[in-house]
Amino acid sequence: MSLSLNKNPMPEQEPKVRAKNFAEVSLGYTEELAKAEAARCLQCKAAPCRKGCPVQVDIPAFIKEVKEGNMDVAIAKIKEVNSLPAVCGRVCPQEEQCEKYCVLAKRGEAVGIGRLERYVADTARNKGESIAAIDYAPDAQKVAVIGSGPAGLAVAGDLAKKGYKVTIFEALHLPGGVLMYGIPEFRLPKDEVVQVEINNLRKLGVEIVVNAVIGSTFTVDELMEEEGFDAVFIGTGAGLPYFMGVPGENLNGVYSANEFLTRCNLMKAYRFPECGTPIHVGKKVAVVGGGNVAMDGARTALRLGADRSYIVYRRSEAELPARLEEIHHAKEEGIDFQFLTAPTAVIGNKDGWVTGLQCVRMELGEPDASGRRRPIEIPNSEFVLEVDTVIIAIGQGPNPLVQSTTKGLDTNKKGNIAAHEETGVTSKPGVFAGGDIVTGAATVILAMGAGKKAAAAIDSYLQDKKAK
Amino acid sequence: MYKILVKQQLAPSVQLFEVEAPLIAKKAKPGQFVILRVNDQGERIPLTIADFNREKGSVTLIFQEVGASTVELGRLQQGEFLLDLVGPLGKPTHIEKFGTVVCVGGGIGIAPVYPIARGLKEAGNEVISIIGARSEDILIYEEEMAAVSDELIITTDDGSKGIKALVTQPLKELLDSDKTISLVVAIGPVIMMKFVAETTRPYGVPTVVSLNPIMVDGTGMCGGCRVSVGQENKFACVDGPEFDAHKVDFESLMARQRMYKPHEKQHSEYIAGKREEGCKCHSH
Ligand SMILES: Cc1cc2nc3c(=O)[nH]c(=O)nc-3n(C[C@H](O)[C@H](O)[C@H](O)COP(=O)(O)OP(=O)(O)OC[C@H]3O[C@@H](n4cnc5c(N)ncnc54)[C@H](O)[C@@H]3O)c2cc1C
Ligand code: SF4
Repeated sequence: MSLSLNKNPMPEQEPKVRAKNFAEVSLGYTEELAKAEAARCLQCKAAPCRKGCPVQVDIPAFIKEVKEGNMDVAIAKIKEVNSLPAVCGRVCPQEEQCEKYCVLAKRGEAVGIGRLERYVADTARNKGESIAAIDYAPDAQKVAVIGSGPAGLAVAGDLAKKGYKVTIFEALHLPGGVLMYGIPEFRLPKDEVVQVEINNLRKLGVEIVVNAVIGSTFTVDELMEEEGFDAVFIGTGAGLPYFMGVPGENLNGVYSANEFLTRCNLMKAYRFPECGTPIHVGKKVAVVGGGNVAMDGARTALRLGADRSYIVYRRSEAELPARLEEIHHAKEEGIDFQFLTAPTAVIGNKDGWVTGLQCVRMELGEPDASGRRRPIEIPNSEFVLEVDTVIIAIGQGPNPLVQSTTKGLDTNKKGNIAAHEETGVTSKPGVFAGGDIVTGAATVILAMGAGKKAAAAIDSYLQDKKAK
Repeated sequence: MYKILVKQQLAPSVQLFEVEAPLIAKKAKPGQFVILRVNDQGERIPLTIADFNREKGSVTLIFQEVGASTVELGRLQQGEFLLDLVGPLGKPTHIEKFGTVVCVGGGIGIAPVYPIARGLKEAGNEVISIIGARSEDILIYEEEMAAVSDELIITTDDGSKGIKALVTQPLKELLDSDKTISLVVAIGPVIMMKFVAETTRPYGVPTVVSLNPIMVDGTGMCGGCRVSVGQENKFACVDGPEFDAHKVDFESLMARQRMYKPHEKQHSEYIAGKREEGCKCHSH
């Protein structure tokens, strides 16, 4: 059998059609496509792909089961180390991870590992996974998990399965973290995927308390001293949006990407006025930044009715940090990329509304500390991009609330919680942390992986505690 | 779900809800706020805490029915439930013994001034309060304010109660008198807070205002509530809601509050239309 050099293409909604709706862009492999794609895998003994996966999913093993049609075994193999495969299959930057190391990538395209992972997870979910509630021992120890993003969900799932009584505290009215408020419906369906995973945790007996802001409603110390929790995991993410610090940033029509996406995803502003939260889009939108968040903002703006949606990025296309697939989809949908362009001011009218984004053109100079070539301003290259809305997607930092209200919890210079990379152990006994609150804004799989490592460390900490 | 224990109409289109929320009541301090949602389609609505009762485990919220969302909220009855309620959010008012303080409340802003005035009184301050409204029928919390103030001055735009003036007039008179005023706290419409700031500025009297910009999550995640305070951008939800009135850029705040005016109209019309449909269904 001759092997195709290319991945089996993913069935997708037509770009013109999907740029006007919020339904998922990728439709998922059929069984036939999945088996054909699985057949491309060479079953390498050394499995270089595995090393590229932050949680070392046994990739060849699960792909072999797909090829042979044993979907139950395939899902079990993945779930040994990845509790959210339907999510990861959709949002992991595979081209930087597993697929980067695939042997086939040397001559053509890597095996579509993410697509297969998604297929396996979706198949299992559609079949209906049977989840047995855990029989908790009467003296089961209690663990509090703060934040319900991928890090918190992973900790909760693993510890519940080990028999600990887990309560998740979430500040927002719905659990899921960035999976609910940040990543759009058209990349990651909320009801069909995210909430199903969360409901599976509930079935395990995990309690989820929403509308609970830790640091305010309860402090970490109160959870441990008054509410009887034996250990606490902090997975509060990188939720604090950065602004550019240029003039005009407070004009009407300037949003942080977090606000724009939260209004649309969590609050369902795309269904306004049926849903009560409004959103302003206008005809032309400029999104500043080059990561997944920026792509999500620009593509959401199109779907909300913008005629033109720009990405304004100060480096060149090669440096875009977003997932390859998102860049590709964005281009297909007609997003207008302004590379080597940096905003210098937001321009407004006398009523306080945005009318344009003043920018300068850049060129790439010597590499900077990050190894990427530093963008340098080209003199006299100023111009104004006429827009009605500006969305700032230049990054997020840690929300200081938990750190500032918890005695003895050390942070680093940037305000992230200082925690051991392999265990999540912090400076405060019994308190663990992981995900974006420790690393700064990173990825779903790294947050989930950190959660799993912390769950193992919490387990041994609590066993020791009990033995004493 | 959070039960509405008491519902009371304070003035035309001004409602008081006392809501069961033991965890919030336990922690609430003057100056803090909550965010609530009426139903699953609902907006997140921020409201300042007007009062709290730790024994009963309840918080009191007072709101004016202005947009579609607050009208929806006002339709809830005693015994019914709020879907979501989170808090207490924001930094509490800094309360200590200052000496003589003036608490200024305008319109619906009188409600959030009340726990602050009470806190300041309990801390041993001489509290002079100035409360104002357009006219007598929409003046709220007069008795409550009287109970926690050494002196209460009432102003109305039409002179139907107290003096016919804006709150800034008696405030200026106090500043001109031989009393040493150590602090002014003002809550009300943005334009009123701006004029209070302008009134106290020449006297150099520290003045605190509580801002209520548009916000979504209320935990520092969206940045929609950013206000310019002394050239610096602050998030009202986590850095505030109270700020030094002499440093706030009120013009930009007022412009930002107009951001969704067209949407509000559209939302109101939609809700009204839906209600009509609903009525029709019932009459069949
Ligand atoms: C728009 C967007 C698109 C992205 N796209 C991708 C992608 O395609 N692929 C990818 O791998 N990664 C992507 N990321 C990054 C990824 O989502 C994050 O790295 C990941 O979600 C971090 O997980 P976490 O569990 O650490 O935190 P989060 O997902 O941020 O969850 C933290 C949770 O904690 C809650 N919380 C915060 N403070 C408190 C408190 N005091 N009390 C109670 N609860 C609190 C928050 O409300 C939130 O729900 C994207 C991020 C964004 C914003
Ligand atoms: S979890 Fe992410 S990195 Fe690991 S195999 Fe799946 S897609 Fe690749």
